[in-house]
Formats: sequence, structure tokens, C-alpha cells
Amino acid sequence: MVAFAALAAGCAPRTTVILLPEPDGKKTAVSVSDSRGEVVLDQPYAAVERSAFRTKPYTATPEEVRSKFGATLAAQPRREEKFTLHFAEGKDELTDESRALLDRIFAEIAARPVPDVLVIGHTDRTGSDPVNDALARQRADTVRNELLKRGLAPANVQASGRGSREPLVPTAAGVAEPRNRRVEIIVR
Amino acid sequence: MAAPAAKFGVLDMIRSIARFVPAALLLAAASLASAADIGQIKTSKGDVSVERGGATLPGTVGTRLETADVLRTGPNGSAGVTMSDNSLLSIGPNSVLALDAYRFDATTHQGQFDATLSKGSLAVVSGKIAKQSPDAMKVRTPASVLGVRGTEFVVEVGG
Repeated sequence: MVAFAALAAGCAPRTTVILLPEPDGKKTAVSVSDSRGEVVLDQPYAAVERSAFRTKPYTATPEEVRSKFGATLAAQPRREEKFTLHFAEGKDELTDESRALLDRIFAEIAARPVPDVLVIGHTDRTGSDPVNDALARQRADTVRNELLKRGLAPANVQASGRGSREPLVPTAAGVAEPRNRRVEIIVR
Repeated sequence: MAAPAAKFGVLDMIRSIARFVPAALLLAAASLASAADIGQIKTSKGDVSVERGGATLPGTVGTRLETADVLRTGPNGSAGVTMSDNSLLSIGPNSVLALDAYRFDATTHQGQFDATLSKGSLAVVSGKIAKQSPDAMKVRTPASVLGVRGTEFVVEVGG
């Protein structure tokens, strides 16, 4: 009977789409189009159910999401995490505060079953480009080595330098800015 | 994640080939290069497999994914994938998800991502492709096409 009804309506099984709230309350939307037109979901828990016979917009509940999608959401990979470490002026030496963070950062990376780690070095805008490019790379390599020492697999950590091209705090050329002398660690 | 080094290599290669090879062949080479390693299985529970070019591989944690891979879960299965643009996709039990098309430029964040959920359930946190170009990411079901403007949603087919 169910098979007959689906057949009569072109064999398409029911599709349900629910927009979830954003953790930080940012704007979000998904459009759902089919042969009958388009529905745009742009509020938390806005939902649409498209069956063989009708397209029904409705408002879902957290309970419905939990009961239908509990196992699916539990399988979601961990989100990207970012850490920033700071360096002494003109050197590839970590500041004492940043050095003290390394163990905690490593523990967070090691908690992932298959971590992908990007280590990106930066400088402030004192010094020439060639010097800054080399220094940024050295800083990234220093942090990469610290992570390898603690037991991270070399294949999972890529180091690169961006020189002074991506200052965290925009400054004029030649300005010493401690916040720009940094290494970013991105973990996926 | 040897992406930066690998990319330079590929671009250099394309540049040097460009002097004597027609553009159509170059496009083919570029799309081949982007076909590999578009994401990775980060979580896997129960019965999970990956269909690739007629073969069926176990969908274990750490498996690197390619364009046109199809992920399948059994009645007790679930799996989670992180794509190179930082999109997160997870599927629940009895699900079939095809990664039909995927392109991502790590510099401009431009790209395209087409996936099809033919049955089961899917949760999505969209990544840089959808953020850079709304609707550049699409999820198809047997009856509908979802245009992803961001960011988190769930889809069920059947049930």
C-alpha cells in the first residue's frame, strides 16, 4: 500500500529538513526546492516536510531533532579549534606564557583520534620580507617540533610561514607589535 | 594534509605543461588533481563502508575520501566526515551519502560541493565553500535540492 502510494507519486520518499540554531546566533539559512517550488528556512528549528502529496513547512522542536537525529548528531566530527602562541621580538623563542600553554594544547590535539594540524607562523611588520618569511617559518617549525616531541605523528602536522602578510593587528610597516609575533595552530 | 606543498607542485607542473598542451587537457589534469583527498572520516561506528569505483572499502576512522565516493551505514552504523573546506557531515544508521562533486580553492575559498542523500539521515555544518558563495554547496535528496547558505541543519529521507 505504501509502495503503491510512493509509486503513484513518482517514487520519491519523504524528505524532512530542519534548520538548527547557530551556537553564536549568527544568520543562517537553507533553501529547499522541489517540483512544487522553493521553501527558505531561516529561523532556528524552521522545518519542511516534503511527502509524495504535499510540502508542509512547520516548526520543529529540540525533542524531534534529538529523537530523529540523535545518532547522526552524535557522529559529528569535532569542530575546528584554533590556538595562538606568541614569540619574543625577532626570535623563534616562545614567550614564557605561551610555552606554558603547549602541554594543554597538545592534550587537546591528542584527544582527537585522527588530528590534522596546521601550524602557521607570523611576524610583525619590523624587518624585511625575506627576513620575516624565514622567521615566520622558523617559528612554525619550532612549534611543530614541540608538538612532535610530545608525541604527535609527523605526518599529521604541517608547518608553514606567512611572514608579515597576515597581521592580527594592522600596523604601519616597521611597527613592533607583540600580538602579531605569533604562531596559529589549527586543529581538525 | 600535505596540501600546500602538493599544490605548489601541481601548479608548477601545470605551468610547465601549459607551454605545449591544449587547455582542455590541462582542465582534465586539474580536475584529476583535485579529485584526491577531499576529506577524511573522523568518526565511525558499527557498519560503515565507502564505495569507490566499483570497490567497497571499510569506512574506518582516518580513511581519506575522494570525489564520487559513496558512504554507506548499516542498521547500527554512523559516521562523521570533515571536508577540506571544514564542512562537517555526519550520517546516521541505514544511510547512503554520495560525494558527487567537490572543488575547493584554499586561497580564495571558492568552490563547489554537491552531495546526495538517497536514504537515511544527515547532519551538516557547512564550511568555507558555502560561506564564500551561498548556494555553492548543494545537498540533493530523491525529491528535493537544498541550497546551503549556512550553517547547521539536518535532513532525513524516508522514515
